[in-house]
This record gives sequence, structure tokens and C-alpha cells, in this order.
Amino acid sequence: MSAILPPSNRLWWKQPIDKVEWAWIAIAFVWGMVMFAMMVYWHVYGNQNLSNEAYKTTPELFAAKAEKFIAENTIRTETEQAIPVVKVPAGGDGYLIARLWAWYPILELEKGQTYKIHLSSMDYNHGFSLQPVNINIQVIPGYEHVVRMTPTKEGTYAIVCNEYCGIGHHSMLGRIYVK
Amino acid sequence: MASTYRTCPVSGLQFENHAEKLMRWNAVAGVLWLLVGGITALLVILTRWPAIKLLPADQFYLILTAHGIDMLILWILFFEMAVLYFASSTLLRCRLAAPRIAWLGFWLMAIGGIVTNIAIFQGESSVMFTSYVPMQAAPHFYLGIILVAVGALLGVAVFFGTLVVAKRDRTYQGSLPLVTFGALTAAIIATFTILAGAGILLPTFLWSVGLIKEIDAQLYRMVWWGLGHSSQQINVAAHVSVWYLTAAVIFGAKPLSEKVSRFAFLLYILFLQLASAHHLLSDPGMSAEWKVLNTSYFMYFAVMASMIHGFTVPGAIEAAQRRKGYTNGLFEWLRKAPWGNPVFSGMFISLVSFGFLGGISGVVLGTEQINMLMHNTFYVPGHFHTTVVTGTTLAFMAITYLLVPVLFQRQMILPKLCQIQPYLFGISMSVLGLVMMGAGTLGVSRRHWDMAFSGAPFQYEWPGAAYLMMGFTGIFGVLAVIGGGLWILLVVGSLLFGKKLDGGKVSTRPTPIPDQSQAASAVAHGSEHVGVPGTVVLALLLFVCFVLYYFVNWKYLSEVWLLS
Ligand code: HEM
Ligand SMILES: [Cu+2]
Ligand SMILES: [Cu+2]
Repeated sequence: MSAILPPSNRLWWKQPIDKVEWAWIAIAFVWGMVMFAMMVYWHVYGNQNLSNEAYKTTPELFAAKAEKFIAENTIRTETEQAIPVVKVPAGGDGYLIARLWAWYPILELEKGQTYKIHLSSMDYNHGFSLQPVNINIQVIPGYEHVVRMTPTKEGTYAIVCNEYCGIGHHSMLGRIYVK
Repeated sequence: MASTYRTCPVSGLQFENHAEKLMRWNAVAGVLWLLVGGITALLVILTRWPAIKLLPADQFYLILTAHGIDMLILWILFFEMAVLYFASSTLLRCRLAAPRIAWLGFWLMAIGGIVTNIAIFQGESSVMFTSYVPMQAAPHFYLGIILVAVGALLGVAVFFGTLVVAKRDRTYQGSLPLVTFGALTAAIIATFTILAGAGILLPTFLWSVGLIKEIDAQLYRMVWWGLGHSSQQINVAAHVSVWYLTAAVIFGAKPLSEKVSRFAFLLYILFLQLASAHHLLSDPGMSAEWKVLNTSYFMYFAVMASMIHGFTVPGAIEAAQRRKGYTNGLFEWLRKAPWGNPVFSGMFISLVSFGFLGGISGVVLGTEQINMLMHNTFYVPGHFHTTVVTGTTLAFMAITYLLVPVLFQRQMILPKLCQIQPYLFGISMSVLGLVMMGAGTLGVSRRHWDMAFSGAPFQYEWPGAAYLMMGFTGIFGVLAVIGGGLWILLVVGSLLFGKKLDGGKVSTRPTPIPDQSQAASAVAHGSEHVGVPGTVVLALLLFVCFVLYYFVNWKYLSEVWLLS
């Protein structure tokens, strides 16, 4: 009789399903398949796919690679802390360290060029949140994530940390220049 | 103590004494956690409101950790235990299996909850409820959660045992009622979930006391979300069961098709386990193939299940109303529904808000590439406040208006306020969810104390619209807290001061459920098939919103930097 009593028809599984219900199930199913196809389609034809390239690493290894990159490509320093501004070679590799509580160094990119940006954390989880573009990528200690990025507009961009990483989380702001 | 059975004179429901007491205690414990969670909610919202920014950073993160644990884990779990005992012992009219174990479970959960809260308020465990390693909390933070999990597992075992008792004692004939079946799916998912939880929390506890050296940060996230995501499926299965229960009690609604509704519950079990992937879509350590597979096939079957329930619940109500003669036009059945009855209004707002806001936003958020636009932004808590709050919490609040007279034998006090409470809470929380999603779409981070980035080496100025959204977040958040607080006040007030109601006859033997197939054959021809055109229109409206919003987000995505 009702949902709180045993089904009145003992053989409920033999009851035919109404056309309208079938139609709705079919719509839901087809829509699920469309959404599935969209993700695959975007991998083939879309221009915004998160890179699959990632390696296990350690903070020491990653920091060493990043320091080498910084030493070779720094063009100036900025702010009182003298944070290096590093020009990533066009089409080349750039390194971005996430640590308590800074993104290091400042990267300088050129519009329309494609870069391989290596991301990793020295300590906790951090969140790479590029603003105002609004691209958000998880940064995890022990993993080096190689993300290919092509800036489409010039400007000064902020990297907000959007994974909680302790008391200084809100002050973890980085910078990317696109010329 | 031997079992006795009380038949409620109002509802005809039959309560076994052990189950009844356990339901009361679990429900009351849940309400107390909701109270603590509500106070933390107020502090969180007043801090995130940029114009107020109440707490300093350390206290904000502490309070936010408490908010997540006390709401998502403790309030919900305790209430769900009551739901499980209700769906088994009460609906099947049998004794509760092993009440001592159920009490052990209750106390383990209570003590565990208190231990974890002590850890949080001591200040060394502000790690959020997700407690991602390698950020470390005090050992008793994890220990408390483990105790809660073990306690919940015992409660689930008692639920299973009670189903066996009912079968053996033949207190019902045929198949389980749909609501019990839904609770059964919740319990099965809970079993898996808690085991996944053990798989991650035990090592993490050992790590916190120094017995394990290191836990891989990516592996932790993967296994943790096996717990964290699946437990949301418990909530969905539980609140969908409560929707069916409400429809049955208020309207005498029967499922459009037992087969379809049960099949949809079954899909939850089969596929929701695997959907934890959608929390890792912007992580480095998983391949795109793994992400697409786990978020599409598997998740979309679960989405399909929710879409089915979203159709069959209002459909069942519409059919019942039309049988009663509300057949004019598309929506007379809905217009003439008891909007002044908080059990119904709360349930219906829960259904609509969960479907239109929580459901759509969740699927969009769970799309592999689109996730990059929202991952860890304020969009995420915006989304789940329209699932676990306007969905689960509001459904539980609504059914409580029924439980207070029936289970606690008290009349609700201040009926006028009871009438407006679901609207106040449901609508303000829905708007809160929406404006949080709005802020997240503009990039604003979740779990973030300061939109002005004080102390940072640079400046970044959020767009004015983001501040506007955060201002709305503050206003509607405060309204939601008032709505939630009002519910607690009404419930606790009624338990203490409500007029005592007649409990009904007590007997030493259960009265079995009459054989439904006989009862049915007598009336079978009166309940011929009726169409549900109004529900069809609502469902199509949902579908159109869904499709539009989904593709709008692909459009947004196509405008950001190129990534590969
Ligand atoms: C009563 C009104 C409520 C308000 C105003 C409220 C407000 C908020 C806000 C603003 C956040 C995001 C904080 C941030 O990320 O910075 C949040 C987080 C959260 N809320 Fe609520 N909430 C309420 C009720 C609830 C309920 C009933 C539940 C669960 C059933 C809940 C579960 C959560 C969870 C799990 C989080 C995530 C915590 C974290 O990020 O670790 N909230 N809440
Ligand atoms: Cu950080
Ligand atoms: Cu952070």
C-alpha cells in the first residue's frame, strides 16, 4: 500500500514499468552518456585538460631542480624579500615551489607560448589557484606535476593558495607575469 | 529486560521499548551536536563575512574543523542511527536485535565524538575534518573518530541483525518495505565506508603516535575519500528513504513502481563506492583515464539513480493526490498539498533544493575538466550545503516534526513557528549555497581566513562581485543559523515543555504487519494507474536547467588559459 509497508503486490518485480518512468530513465541514461562523451571529446578536441604527467619526487630533489632553474633564469628580484623573478624559456620548463607559506619564485611568461610548469610542495598539501583566470590544481608533497600552460592574455596574475596549509595559509600569495 | 511493544494511537506505528529508547537517545545526541555545529557555523560565517571578520586566524581554523566534524560526522551519524532503528524495528514491528550492542555503539560514538572535540578545542588539531597528511593532529583527534566509526559499525550490525529477527519471527510477509530497503542500502554502503575509513584512519593514528614513519599524501587522499565520499552516499540513501517515508505518512503515497525505486537504490550500492574519484580530479597522482572512468560510468549511474528518485518521490505524491481528487490542471495536487505542515514543507524544499542546486552543481563540479574551475573554491562548500544541509539535514529536521509526537509523545510547541521554520531554514540555506557557489565561480577560496591576504608579499584584489557574494553569504548564513537555531529551540522546547500525549497501548507481544496482499486485493481496483503530468513537467524543468548549466561551464572552461 505504501512505502512503509511491504509491497502489496508480492510479485512487485513483475509489475510493468510505466511508459513515463521508462522515458525518464532513458533520458537520465542518455544524458549520463552525453556527459561521459563530453569529457572524452574534450580530451581529444578541447584545449583545457589537466596534464597526466606526474612523477614521484622528494622535497630535496624537487628543490634542487628548482634552484638550478632559478639560478639560470633569474632576471631581477622583487619585493623586500628579494624574491627572484624568473623568465621561463619560451616553450621550456619552469619550476614553482609551494611551501609554508609562499609560492616561489615569481615566474615570467609570454603570451601564446606553451610552458611546462613543474609543481610540487615542500611540506603540506597546497592549492594552486591562478587568479583571476580561476584555474585550480592540487599540489601534493612527494609528487611533481608537470602542467603545460599557455597564457592567453597579458597581465599580472596571482597564485592564491586554496588548500588549507596552516596558520599562514591566507598569506600564501604568489605571482606570475605574462608579457 | 523483556521487550514490550507500544502502538502509537496517532500513527499506528509500533515501538519496541529498547529500540524506542535508543532512537530517542540517538536523536537527542544528534540535536546536541547540531547545536554545537550551529554555534560554530555562526562563528565561521561571521568570520568569512568580509565586513565583520570576527575571529583571528587560528581560532577560525579551529572552529571550522569543529564545524565540519560536528555537523558532517556527528549530527548526521547520530540521527542516522535513529533512522536505522526506526526503519528496522519500528517499520517491521519486531524487537531490536542485541540492544546491548546498540548501546555500546551509542556510547562509543558519544565518547569518540567528545574525545575528538577535546582534541580540536585544545588547539593542536586544526587540520579540518579531511585531515590531509602530512599535516598532523593530536593522536586523540584520530582516536575519537575511530571510536565513532566503530560505534557506528555496531549500530549498523544491530540494524542487520534486526532485519534477521523480523524475517525469523515473521513479523511481515513478502518483501521489505521500500523505506526499510532504502535504509538497508544506506547500511550496506556504511559498512564499506567504515572499512575504508579504518583503512586510512588506523595508519594515520599510528603515524600520529610515531609508529609509522610516513603516509603517502596522495594515497591518503584517495583512501580518505573512499570514506569521505561514500559516507555522503549513506546520507543520500538515508534522506531519500526519509522522503519516501514522508510521502507515505502524509499522503499515503505508494511508490510509482517498487521495481524502479528499488533498482535505483541498488545503483547507489553498486556505483557510489567508486565515485570518490571526483575529489581527486585536480590531483597529480591519477591518470586522466582513471578519472574519466570513475567519474563518468560509475558516477553517472549513481546520478541516474538520484534522478529516478527525484522523479518517483514527487510522482508518488502526485499520484496519491490525484487519487484523492486533486486532478485539475498540472499542479492542483501540489497547490493543495499541506504547505502548512512542516513535515511536508521541509521534505519538499529538501527535495527541490537537493535536486536543482545540490544535484546539478555536484555533477558539474564532478566533471573532470570543469573541476579545475572550482576545485577548492567556495563553490565546493556551496555545493555540499545544498546536498548535506538542504538535502539531508532539512529532511531530518522535517521528519522530526513527526517524531516528536509519535516517538517522544510530546506535542510540538508554538505551531506557528514550526510552520515557518522549514521555509526560513530551507530557503536561506539554499540561497546561501547559491551565493557561495557564486563566490567560488569568481575564484574565492574555501577554508580561507582573509580575502585581503594580509601579510602576503603581494596584493591581489578580488573583483567587487566576489565581495558582494561574500556579503550575501554572511547575510543568508546568519538567517540560516537563525532557522536552524529555531528548529533546535522548538524541538528541545517541545521535549521539555510540550503537552504530553497518550502513548497508546503497551503489549508484551508484537502485532505483526497484516498481510498486504490480502488487504490490497480488496482495494486493488480503486488504485488504478494515474498519470503524473505535473511531475513530468518538473522533471523536464530540472533537465533543462541541468543541460544549460552544464554547457555554460564548458563555455567558461574554454575561455581560460590553455592547458594540456
Ligand atoms: C546552520 C547554518 C550553516 C552555516 C551558516 C554554515 C556555513 C559554512 C561555511 C561558510 C563554510 C565554509 C567555510 C570555509 O570554507 O571557509 C562551511 C563549511 C562546512 N560546513 Fe557548514 N554551515 C551550516 C550548516 C552546516 C550543516 C548542517 C552541515 C552538515 C550537515 C555543515 C557542514 C559543513 C562542512 C562539512 C564544511 C566543510 C568544513 C571544511 O572545509 O573543513 N554545515 N559551513
Ligand atoms: Cu599553501
Ligand atoms: Cu594554503
